[in-house]
Amino acid sequence: MSLLIDLFTDHTLRIVALGAGAIGAVAGLLGTFAVLRRQSLAGDAISHAALPGVALAFLVGAAAGGGLAKHPLMLLAGAFAAGWLGMLVVTLIKRTTRISADTALGIVLSVFFGAGLMLMRIIQDLPTASKAGLDKFLFGNAATMLRIDVLTIGALGLLAAFVVLAVWKEFKLLSFDPEFMAVQGWPVRWLDILLTTLIVVAIVIGLQTVGVVLMSALLVAPAAAARQWSNQLGPVAALAALFGALSGVGGAVVSSTIPRLSTGPTIVLMASALVLISLTLAPARGLLWEHLRHLRQHREVRVAQVLVGIYRLASEHPDPTHPHDIASLDAVGLHAAGNTMAQLERRGWAQRANGKWGLTQRGVAEARELEAGGAL
Amino acid sequence: MSGLSLPLVALTQPQLEIIAVAIVVSAACALSGVFLVLRRLALVSDAISHSILLGIVLAFFLTHNLASPLLISAAAATGVLTVWLIELLNRTGRFKEDASIGLVFPVLFSIGVILISRYAGNVHLDVDAVLVGEIAYAPLDRLSLFGQDLPKALWVMGAVLALNVAFIALFFKELKLSTFDAGLAAALGFAPALLHYALVSVVSITAVGAFDAVGSILVVALMIAPPATAFLLTNRLVMMIVYSVGAAVVSSVGGYFLARMLDTNIAGAMAAMGGVVFMLALAFAPERGLLAQFLRRRRQRWDFAARLLAVHLLQHEGDADAQYECSLPHLHEHLRWTEAFAQGVVRLAQQQGLVTRGGEQLQLTEPGRRLANTVLGQS
Repeated sequence: MSLLIDLFTDHTLRIVALGAGAIGAVAGLLGTFAVLRRQSLAGDAISHAALPGVALAFLVGAAAGGGLAKHPLMLLAGAFAAGWLGMLVVTLIKRTTRISADTALGIVLSVFFGAGLMLMRIIQDLPTASKAGLDKFLFGNAATMLRIDVLTIGALGLLAAFVVLAVWKEFKLLSFDPEFMAVQGWPVRWLDILLTTLIVVAIVIGLQTVGVVLMSALLVAPAAAARQWSNQLGPVAALAALFGALSGVGGAVVSSTIPRLSTGPTIVLMASALVLISLTLAPARGLLWEHLRHLRQHREVRVAQVLVGIYRLASEHPDPTHPHDIASLDAVGLHAAGNTMAQLERRGWAQRANGKWGLTQRGVAEARELEAGGAL
Repeated sequence: MSGLSLPLVALTQPQLEIIAVAIVVSAACALSGVFLVLRRLALVSDAISHSILLGIVLAFFLTHNLASPLLISAAAATGVLTVWLIELLNRTGRFKEDASIGLVFPVLFSIGVILISRYAGNVHLDVDAVLVGEIAYAPLDRLSLFGQDLPKALWVMGAVLALNVAFIALFFKELKLSTFDAGLAAALGFAPALLHYALVSVVSITAVGAFDAVGSILVVALMIAPPATAFLLTNRLVMMIVYSVGAAVVSSVGGYFLARMLDTNIAGAMAAMGGVVFMLALAFAPERGLLAQFLRRRRQRWDFAARLLAVHLLQHEGDADAQYECSLPHLHEHLRWTEAFAQGVVRLAQQQGLVTRGGEQLQLTEPGRRLANTVLGQS
């Protein structure tokens, strides 16, 4: 509870929550398209590929001097360029060779990341003092977020969201039926590039807070969770943005208040919890409801089988409501367990007298109808 | 940065040992990587190499010993668990496969990272080592076996390499069949699912072994880049394995020297060199390289034009205006060829013995006529 109060009173915490929330919202919004287009893991490649860009930007900035090395825009530009270059290489490999998309992503992800780690080590050995904060690009650190960081994140995030809304219809078509779109004469390739660029933006603005290793999860998890609640793109995207924002705020606040808790992993666990909840509890698609539906169907089938079974058994006698005991029902393979008979009784289709079960008139009618329908 | 020193000096014993560890690690990774690349499981290896961290951490908490063999089995079990969880999510039908991968490993990895940073802060199982490993320290931790005093990493990775070789040698036929035709393998009773999990286990064990040396993410580079390089060079599985190990050795040795030159971390440089070797293959592979593709396309363009010329000449042979149609300047107008291109095509057709040239006039040779007829399907 005091955490909630802190959120509204503590200035630093408010900054952190605001920034992380914006990152999550933008990632959720664009992640919706990435997940729909089966590009969930492209985010993984982009975020890892961004590392050498961050390091190079730092080196260039350090060479230029004047505090440029740690300017958020400088590092973001480096990350953006490297992330984009990574996607370009993936596209080149996919277009020109028989190497599959996942291998292309794996190569770019690991090779760029290796190059980035090389550069990071070189930076660590530099005599300059102002290198602190670069290591937070690995696992993220929300606690060190400054006002200028939040402003940069907010401005870029708003820009990305605005572009998405402006070309909403086009992105929708691109996600569901790109072939039709191409036939209709849309510039599919350019829209594809635009969407990829926006995804790179969404990832890059989160790198410092969530870290390169786990940023891709923030792209996938909120969108995958939101997908369970609706079949329509609009609600899914809105919900994904909301889930992303919730995970961002929750993870950032929790990790800033508990010592030695990296922000990235905390945010990822928050988002993953939302996935788990959505997967089990979302109406219609939730696994729990599906399981219950399944049980109910199973029960209906069993009830119908037993009802018709007793009816056929009784038709050997002049009276169609002729009662039998449970043992003889079981003996002819009806598995007339207690709860099934209780169901029949509750529906007024069967009744018990002297320990024997017989159908009621309504039960006979129901069984005739079922048999005439040919269901059994 | 100014102190670039070329690695021409003689290598010391520890340096040779580091190179040996690098070679053994990368060869082991490249072997199982071949099947990952062919089976489109590249990103599953990414997922495994991340999530085994959790297994290592949990086993460490149990044993308080980083050298415990329990670490390897726990990590391998986590790798298998990861793949099982991914398949479980797939089976719900709620997520596409790529999303399932992207959902599972971040969770396991996050738990691992949090456990390390919260509770294991003071041991040398720190987050940095998780990402990059420390192959440079490999010679410090030694183990004497069979009268040989070698770095422990060399013993461990030697065993992992042997496991990979044995696995591939023993199940080569099964792996080959289930990789290229899983349906047939299942129909013939080869239990592709069992083989799949066996492969996943071998990959997990390899990843744990390599973890110490190169860290979790660069394992992926060693597993994917050399086999992808080899995939550009050959169509035969055996040769792909050979080239893959070759590319791995070149990347690791090259990476070692690159790291020495730039005075930076060896694992990162090994991954970067893996990328360089791959890009070289992408550019210059004899059949599938970009250069080969470009040259082939250009040659096809000229060949096609020469054939088109032969057909054009055949069509107008004996026409009233053959004199005009079969002249060099006319090609520009009729076939929309630039003058230079037309000149070139005629020269090529002459070289190939398809036409003879008298001034501006072109005349089909007998082979040229035959070719034109074949092209038109009138042979």
